[in-house]
Amino acid sequence: MAEQKTVLTPIPGVFYRKPAPDKDVYVKEGDAVKTGDVIALVEVMKNFYEIKAETEGVLAQFFVEDEDLLDAGQEIAVIIEQ
Amino acid sequence: MIKVINPGLQTTVQDHGRIGHYEVGMPPSGAMDKYSYLASNLLVGNKDHAAVLEITYMGPVLEFQQDVNVAITGGEMPPKINGQSVPMWETLAIKAGDVLSFDFIKQGARVYLAVAGGIDVPLIMESRSTYTLCGIGGFEGRALQAGDELKIGGENESEIAVGTRISDELIPTFSKTNEIRVVLGLCSYRLTEESKERFFSIDWTVTPEANRVGYRFKGERLNFVEREQPFGAGSNPSNVVDLGYPIGSIQVPDGVEPIALLNDAVTGGGYATICTIISTDLDKMAQIKTNEKVRFVAVDIHEALEIRKEYQGKINQMKQQVLGHKGGVKNG
Repeated sequence: MAEQKTVLTPIPGVFYRKPAPDKDVYVKEGDAVKTGDVIALVEVMKNFYEIKAETEGVLAQFFVEDEDLLDAGQEIAVIIEQ
Repeated sequence: MIKVINPGLQTTVQDHGRIGHYEVGMPPSGAMDKYSYLASNLLVGNKDHAAVLEITYMGPVLEFQQDVNVAITGGEMPPKINGQSVPMWETLAIKAGDVLSFDFIKQGARVYLAVAGGIDVPLIMESRSTYTLCGIGGFEGRALQAGDELKIGGENESEIAVGTRISDELIPTFSKTNEIRVVLGLCSYRLTEESKERFFSIDWTVTPEANRVGYRFKGERLNFVEREQPFGAGSNPSNVVDLGYPIGSIQVPDGVEPIALLNDAVTGGGYATICTIISTDLDKMAQIKTNEKVRFVAVDIHEALEIRKEYQGKINQMKQQVLGHKGGVKNG
């Protein structure tokens, strides 16, 4: 059975799905991801922290919108392990 | 020696601060949550002013190359030695080769790591605190980076038994909604009565621009009393003739987004400061994260002094527990 892994942000801040405003998103919903792939950025105190996949699978869904303000520990996406 | 494997998000060397140079524009820097800072030094037998690591939001991974006692206090960020959970607010023994790491932050924003002897970096203007904006103090004037090696100093004065802990009633807890007490002034007369009332009656949200320099809040626009621009003041209604900014003072440039100035902030300027956070609540402010809520509560100077007395009492109680072993919880 496929396991679901929730991706959390360890820090609070602004959520970005793109590496830069004029670039494509890191991953689209339904894309395959490998362990260590960057899936989003969180910006706080002028630092950009990379959120990485900690498992291999399909990124099924993002729970937050681009540029949302996140709490520390908030769920941001779910990966279905393959 | 302590080797930095991973620095965390922003980890800096801090002590009680670079005090006494405010008039030349030098802010004090130093540990933002002084109570937790003092507790960490106390638990490893350090002098009050020894330098520690201040860790913000995400913990570092540190490899110790010598045996040493450590203590971790502040917000709740569960620490681990070689992957095994260890308690905060307690004297811990580290062996050469041990790796200290942390889980996600659960409560608060900043954690203090004291090592017996203190972090040994050069004294700059009588302080080891890092002031990153000017690139002075601490470890090469900056936040730690992977590969840095920290020396341990000789700032300890007493032997504290491993397992000594601060009792629960003296350990602060932190929440996502906070009351921060302020004394009104120096330039509160510039706000309209209505805006003054609104300032104290709404929840302000901490924006991502919240660091050691200051915290910026989102809420609603505040308005200033109409006036004729005085000689020497800027043209914006939020401007006054330049004044010294108290630490913890709150200004509202152009009436949008109040800013609380903290340990690394500019020491003076031309914005009306509408109130000042009382010293004990600066500790609380330091433990508030981006996207959390703050309600400001006005107290007068007498109440503020009374609150400070209580706070000093708690610190004395903590000292007695750890140094006097009176009522201290020992489980080592």
